[in-house]
Amino acid sequence: MSPVYVARATEVAARSLDGEMMIMSGRNSTLFTLNPVGTLIWQSADGKTPLAEIVERKICTEFEVDPVEALRDAESFVNDLASHGILVVSGAPINSIKPIHGGAT
Amino acid sequence: MSLMQELGQRALDRGVPLSVQLDVTYRCNERCVHCYLDHDDHGEMTTAEIRGVLDQLAEAGVFFLTLSGGEVFMRMDFFDIVEHARSLMFCVKIKTNAFMIREKEAQRLRDLAVQDVQVSIYSHRPEVHDAITLLPGSLKRTVAGIRLLRSHGVKVVVANVLMMRNLSDHAGVRELATELGAEYTIDPTITPMMDGDRAVLQLGLGVPQLRDVFRNSDLVGDVNEFCAPPPAVSDDVLQEFPCSAGHTACYISPYGDLFPCVQFPLPSGNVRRQKFIDIWRHSEQLNEVRSITARDLPVCSRCDHVGTCTRCPGLAYLEGNMRGPSSQDCEKSFARTGIPSANMHLKKTWPPHGLVQIAIPLPESAALRS
Repeated sequence: MSPVYVARATEVAARSLDGEMMIMSGRNSTLFTLNPVGTLIWQSADGKTPLAEIVERKICTEFEVDPVEALRDAESFVNDLASHGILVVSGAPINSIKPIHGGAT
Repeated sequence: MSLMQELGQRALDRGVPLSVQLDVTYRCNERCVHCYLDHDDHGEMTTAEIRGVLDQLAEAGVFFLTLSGGEVFMRMDFFDIVEHARSLMFCVKIKTNAFMIREKEAQRLRDLAVQDVQVSIYSHRPEVHDAITLLPGSLKRTVAGIRLLRSHGVKVVVANVLMMRNLSDHAGVRELATELGAEYTIDPTITPMMDGDRAVLQLGLGVPQLRDVFRNSDLVGDVNEFCAPPPAVSDDVLQEFPCSAGHTACYISPYGDLFPCVQFPLPSGNVRRQKFIDIWRHSEQLNEVRSITARDLPVCSRCDHVGTCTRCPGLAYLEGNMRGPSSQDCEKSFARTGIPSANMHLKKTWPPHGLVQIAIPLPESAALRS
């Protein structure tokens, strides 16, 4: 299976609040909050690291989850975020990613 | 509780400054008759200083950033500021009169994905709008700027400040906003000058006019709900904070002065001399503001309206006491419900003069005097 790359969309506003990301869609001003797992994926979505590697290195080491199930859930999650325009999903590495700043935790 | 309220509560619990308004300049190309600012430049922060402040705000957890003025486009580096703010992933809102927005500016604001642009329009009639801004041709240019923003898909909010001189034009402004594809908001509050001068308040609406505004379903929605008498005051209400100023929000002037809110000019620190987070966490003034609940308000805590009043602690501060009543909000509560506030009883300012100066049909008039 070809690798999946994920990158934070450039049109969103985002900030970490208490360890969870709040994200405002630039497309329609919808506000989202991500749970700790979603936040970890979002923060790791640098466009260069394959999703499978993010799941293996970040999710499976932090949370007690079955790796196969975790990857399946992660793919569903990133596709959902992509449908809202707050994440970009691609079969190839993605450039132009903004760093994540701040947020009191 | 909505997601936004939930985030607000979480930020409050953790002492996070969720929203900041940063005025990048007080200079302006307009001279609005009701403006509370001194438009001379007394030494604005440089681009580098503002970039540094934005870095600190992002680090502190600020999410909503409003860039305002003065007129923001008076700064030649304004797009540098917006660009940096967006690179830090703030949710950026901009307040401008849109006079200087042309094709290039509209395109760039779209590319930078600002959340929305708020533009003040006082009237759909140039002779009224331009007489308030004191800039001939301003309505034409402002509307042209909004059209360009909308053509690029930028969300625009038309803000309609109501005064005596444009009171009859809100329906026209609303129609214009609809035609432009913009949202419409109305604000019947005139703010004293930041130095405390209250002369501009005479431009604002009196109680009779407020009463008409608050009974217009086009403006307030469900009139019965909006104008309902206040419910009995509960203990919970007395434990509430007046507003987000100093709790999850603050204001920074072009000179780096930090206040709880743009309407609450209590000097609390200066980001040119101190770290933002140090001011936010340790300012004696902000901590005093945070210590005040409704129970601590000597007059308002005994008022029937305490749970529903829009009392602004900043306007109270400008009247001389941040724990005191805000007379303008007393008038609004009275105009909404017909029930005088504790402050009005105390000052014996009820019934206000305005009520006896206009003709009101007898049954209503009788009800207001009861």
